[in-house]
Amino acid sequence: MKDYLILRIVTKLLLPFILLFALYVQFHGDFGPGGGFQAGVIFASGFVLYSLVFGVAAARRILPVGILRAGIAGGVLIYGGVGVIDLALGANYLNFDVMAHHPKDGQHMGILLVEAGVGLTVACVMMTIFFTFAAWSEGE
Amino acid sequence: MTEELINIVILAFMAATVVAIVLIRNLFAVVMLSGIYSLLAASVFVVLDAVDVAFTEAAVGAGISTVLFIGTLALTTRREKAPAHKPLLPLLVCVVTGAVLVYGSLDMAPFGDPRAPVHRHVAPYYLEHTASDTGIPNVVTAILASYRSYDTLGEVTVIFTAGIGVILLLGSWRRGRKPPPPHAEGGGA
Repeated sequence: MKDYLILRIVTKLLLPFILLFALYVQFHGDFGPGGGFQAGVIFASGFVLYSLVFGVAAARRILPVGILRAGIAGGVLIYGGVGVIDLALGANYLNFDVMAHHPKDGQHMGILLVEAGVGLTVACVMMTIFFTFAAWSEGE
Repeated sequence: MTEELINIVILAFMAATVVAIVLIRNLFAVVMLSGIYSLLAASVFVVLDAVDVAFTEAAVGAGISTVLFIGTLALTTRREKAPAHKPLLPLLVCVVTGAVLVYGSLDMAPFGDPRAPVHRHVAPYYLEHTASDTGIPNVVTAILASYRSYDTLGEVTVIFTAGIGVILLLGSWRRGRKPPPPHAEGGGA
């Protein structure tokens, strides 16, 4: 698909907005619809669009396999780690009240971190699945 | 009244999409139609005021699933084989199952009924205390991330496991190794 000029230009124009929208959904999930899951999927779909137009090899150069695999595990680690921090601060597992001086601030902090973990894992898993499938169809 | 009309139109479109999916043998068209079906389902969720669910349905069902289906088609084939036997028995099973489900839904409380059991269990607590407990305007996010954090941890673990499974089964694209051809017995690749 490398010869389609219009597709390439439009993709380049759209990509920053897709990724920015993903970040908006990620961090605005407290106030509007959205959250880590949706944000991760939107972020991944931006890279899927990129690799559909510019080729999987180009996308893999931006996101090497090591980073993706670290992200898959890292998101779950962040989520579980927040719970362990809560335990260390003397509360129940995943009780965010103790993460700041005021329980409400603690809840904000905890939800932000937890959603970040969700978004990281979801985005990396979706991209890994797509890249793996694409590698198989190219390997023929 | 307007809402009912919108619902009827969307549900009619969904039914038409499903009939088309069953009849069409070109799998590429089927994948596109299933994406459209997910988008229509997301519209129904918007009409029902479940915007968070609609968002997920549109992003996952209409977006990522469609891409993954297309990826699968690239690995396999784009045309469905003609069925070897008459579809009467599967049709009968589907119709009976659907009739049982419709019969079950007759006992459901009317939509939006405040006296329905689902609205009298923990939901009132969440609605009343989210603002004072967490200070977060979106109750859905507060429930998912804070009140029901364990469940969400489980969901992330499910995604994680799915990713690990794909890596273990197909993930030999690392270090430039060529994966084996997907249909070795078929040939002609």
